[in-house]
Amino acid sequence: MIAGLEPTVALEEPFIRVRGLDKSFGGRTVFAGFDLDLPRGKLTTIFGPNGCGKSTLINMLSGLLRFDAGDVEIGGRDVRSARIGYVFQNYRESLFPWMRARENVEYPLRVRGVPRAKRRERIDELLASFEITLDLSRHTYELSGGQQQLVAILRALVADPEVLFLDEPFSALDYEMTLYVRDKLQTVFLETGLTTVLVSHDLEEAVYLADRILLLSKPPTRVVELIAYDTLRPRTTEIMADARFVATKQHALDLFRAEMQR
Amino acid sequence: MNVATRPAERAPALAATRLRLPVGVLLPVIGPLAFLALWQAVCSAHVVREVLLPTPFATLAYMVDALVHGTMASDAFVTVTRTLLAFAFGAIVGVPLGVALGSNARVYRSVEFLIDFFRSTPASALIPLFILFFGISDANKIAIAGFSVLLIVTFNSAYGVMNARKTRILAAKVMGASSVQVFRDVLLYESLPQTFVGLRNGISTALVIVVVAEMFIGSDQGLGHRIIEGEQVLQVTDMYASIIVAGIIGYLLNVVFMLIDTRLIHWSGK
Repeated sequence: MIAGLEPTVALEEPFIRVRGLDKSFGGRTVFAGFDLDLPRGKLTTIFGPNGCGKSTLINMLSGLLRFDAGDVEIGGRDVRSARIGYVFQNYRESLFPWMRARENVEYPLRVRGVPRAKRRERIDELLASFEITLDLSRHTYELSGGQQQLVAILRALVADPEVLFLDEPFSALDYEMTLYVRDKLQTVFLETGLTTVLVSHDLEEAVYLADRILLLSKPPTRVVELIAYDTLRPRTTEIMADARFVATKQHALDLFRAEMQR
Repeated sequence: MNVATRPAERAPALAATRLRLPVGVLLPVIGPLAFLALWQAVCSAHVVREVLLPTPFATLAYMVDALVHGTMASDAFVTVTRTLLAFAFGAIVGVPLGVALGSNARVYRSVEFLIDFFRSTPASALIPLFILFFGISDANKIAIAGFSVLLIVTFNSAYGVMNARKTRILAAKVMGASSVQVFRDVLLYESLPQTFVGLRNGISTALVIVVVAEMFIGSDQGLGHRIIEGEQVLQVTDMYASIIVAGIIGYLLNVVFMLIDTRLIHWSGK
């Protein structure tokens, strides 16, 4: 065991609570009796081997995908009655190109019947608190990839969700945009303290962003470890040279390698 | 010295751009001009008898005269009116029908073969059948063209809805949209590009079928009627002029639909 690195068992009251989750796809079991507790107000990143069901898991946690058996509770209530913000991997396929960027961001409020003036107010407030400058009068396809993903993030935040889910939100972006959007996401998290769950395929990124790294096994999927990484925010890329970052990443990598060889 | 040489250096480059511009503008005209020249050459060489092929100038002059002073304009008007009525029927019934069928994949699968079958059947093969039911009235020509438009539009709208991006539907659902809202705010828009493909094909087909129907279902008006009569009484100049007018109508309808398409469905392909 590496000094100063406690393997974590969450002591906090779980906010997302999963019990006995089963899910199979055409006879292939991905989850069987899967249990998970995730804390409130933390940013959890999910990392694991290909096909371990990272996206499947957050799709079930967010109520997008039905599961065969089990319970998912968010804040003590069934997931279907929770307010969810969800950012898809592919902004091009998840934004509505027939609407302007502003109408996209407004949509969750419009669906809830919030009047126009209130909607405007809320969006201006969002932009100001995250220091985002975006020309929202444009159509989404006129914006850069990073700006489009920001629109998708704002849209997920606008209706004040209880949990924000992000499915590999940077994988369709180039490196420069990834750094920018990642930075903005950190600002959002710092400002709101919103319970956030993010799927990543990049271990460095998973550790960099996380309070908790959820390391999953090959299917049938179980939790290998929920690793804590409590370095203060805002984090900059310099922390990647920090001993604690390196140790956490190495620990996760060792577990990951051991899992791959099983 | 330096200053003096500059204009001279620039001159060839300028001349080149000056030359390139008009060529670019003229490019689309080259094809039609070559076509007219070939037509004129065939006439001048007396390869075809003049009674079968008048000169392009004579044909175009006749066309303008018949449009301005003769009955060509009213025939063209009748054909366009029938085409638009048939199209309107097919579109007004077909778009909602297609969207409804497409939003329920099971229902669509059960009628898919029927739609595909009749869509693949040449509409002209059904003309006698329509004569049995509608007689040789004006309504008949509109009915058969409308039927063809209906099939094309229904098919395309249904596919537009069925091929809607699953991610967008999921996105709307996770944002709390009801199934009515998902339908109105997402499915309908997702289907629009494909629906427009159907509408554009539909208007072209409507014109084709109306002209054919005007030839073979007794009529005394319309470009189809005029073309067949020109052939039978050997008024070939009238026949050629009518063909050109029909072509112009088809072309213009297509252009109008393309303009509406790019304006309305600005996001398509992006």
